[in-house]
Amino acid sequence: MSELAAQPITRLGERALRVAEELGDFTVLSLQTLVALRRPRFPLRELAVQFEALAVRSAPIVVITSVFTGMVLALQTAYSLTRFGARPYVGSIVGLAIVRELGPVLAALMVGGRAGAGIASELGSMQVTEQVDAIRALGADPVQKLVLPRVLATTLGLPLLTIFAITLGIAGGMVVAEAQYGIASSFYLQTVTSVVRASDFVSGVAKTVVFGWAIGMIGCHVGLATQGGTAGVGRATTRAVVVASIVVLVADFFLTKLLLLLPTDALLAALARLVAGA
Amino acid sequence: MREAAAVEFRGVRKAFHGKAVLSGIDLEIRSGETFTILGGSGSGKSVCLKHMIGLLRCDAGEISVLGREVTRLPERNWATLRREFGMVFQGAALFDSLSVYENVAYPIREHMSWNEERVCERVGHCLAGVGLAGSERLLPAELSGGMKKRVGVARAIALEPRIVLYDEPTTGLDPANARRVGELIRALQSQLSATSVVVTHDLELCFAISDRVALLQGGRLAVVGPAGMVREHAELRAFVEAGEPLLPNARPAAARSGGTHG
Repeated sequence: MSELAAQPITRLGERALRVAEELGDFTVLSLQTLVALRRPRFPLRELAVQFEALAVRSAPIVVITSVFTGMVLALQTAYSLTRFGARPYVGSIVGLAIVRELGPVLAALMVGGRAGAGIASELGSMQVTEQVDAIRALGADPVQKLVLPRVLATTLGLPLLTIFAITLGIAGGMVVAEAQYGIASSFYLQTVTSVVRASDFVSGVAKTVVFGWAIGMIGCHVGLATQGGTAGVGRATTRAVVVASIVVLVADFFLTKLLLLLPTDALLAALARLVAGA
Repeated sequence: MREAAAVEFRGVRKAFHGKAVLSGIDLEIRSGETFTILGGSGSGKSVCLKHMIGLLRCDAGEISVLGREVTRLPERNWATLRREFGMVFQGAALFDSLSVYENVAYPIREHMSWNEERVCERVGHCLAGVGLAGSERLLPAELSGGMKKRVGVARAIALEPRIVLYDEPTTGLDPANARRVGELIRALQSQLSATSVVVTHDLELCFAISDRVALLQGGRLAVVGPAGMVREHAELRAFVEAGEPLLPNARPAAARSGGTHG
């Protein structure tokens, strides 16, 4: 084969090697984080600081996103259902869509953008100014000091924000249903609760534990791998947001598929019996 | 019995992305001396320093610290060994989110379980030692470059380490501040009686503080010897005359002709 023809293949190979190397580094960091979880001197104070910065301060954008999504969803659903003469059941569709899919994914995308960028730029700046080296030189572990509290904050914070988003999204739909189409709030809520089951809620929120973990880990991994000064910090920030968003969307599909295969209803019923028995 | 060397390198090699930075370094830094590694930018001085404290791992060769073989020491064991080190980073590397007090207290909290009173006393003592008493509450963003560097020194000596590493201690400082940092290094040397390893391209600083000097060129130590002897060495003269090359490939003739490796 001529050298010219071999060039694209060489490049493809190099690229594949880089991706494999990166996935390897990511896996190592994830395992180190799990190990750090069990180490003495858990960074509780730093976890509180990060929970405030990454989860609590993400609440406003999650609120705005979910309220307006619930509102527009009610508009669109009511418009479509009118064709079938089923307009009063707007609450069922809005409720199911928000609980199972839109609440979790929109909250994850918002937190992925905000917290993912925040983590990557902060850790990236610390990396290029040798602060990460300084932590090691002073005998401390950057994974325990920096990665663990951030990953825990997003993993614990995202499910809570999602519950928040689901509630407000359904409420947003309710306001539009009543104001625009004259559907009574009590009837709207009845149509929501008659269709949405506990298992829908659990499968919606359960996904966000994985999303939260992925957002935190990606932000930390990309931030700590930053090279090339301030320009590198900019690149790392962009990359963290792009990768986190893609991972959320792709993982969402597979997690949804997996959760549909699991007998969630039966599991929840068994759990309820167990709790009642105890 | 002879005291073990503070730091010893045997045939240490390191490459980044296939490009050799250290190509076989043999080095022995004696306990209690001030040893300076000279070299131009990008010559691998900082890389050399980071191997001593385990921030980088060598590709080949052996490294021992305080008589202990550390070439393949796992990171968790390094954490305790680093108690014996203090490192002053080129840009100070202070933690932006922490006050001066918390920065200097960081290594104490990491390695000791002292009560706050004792921590406070030590932090105050270290800050006074670098001429920054009373600056505990300031944040790194409120400090000048010279002050940051001195806080970096205070943090490095907080646990009275046996080895202090200085990465370009005078880079980015005006001449007055640079001289001050040089005096500080010398004063600390007599107070702590620790081993100091300084990496710099500042010749004035180098000959003001060093017992022995090494010149790093092309990934190897071109010259190693007592400061007085090295000052007269042809390789060093070539380094001085060459200055910093404007472009990596456009080195002046003096550097090319004098650049044989020892």
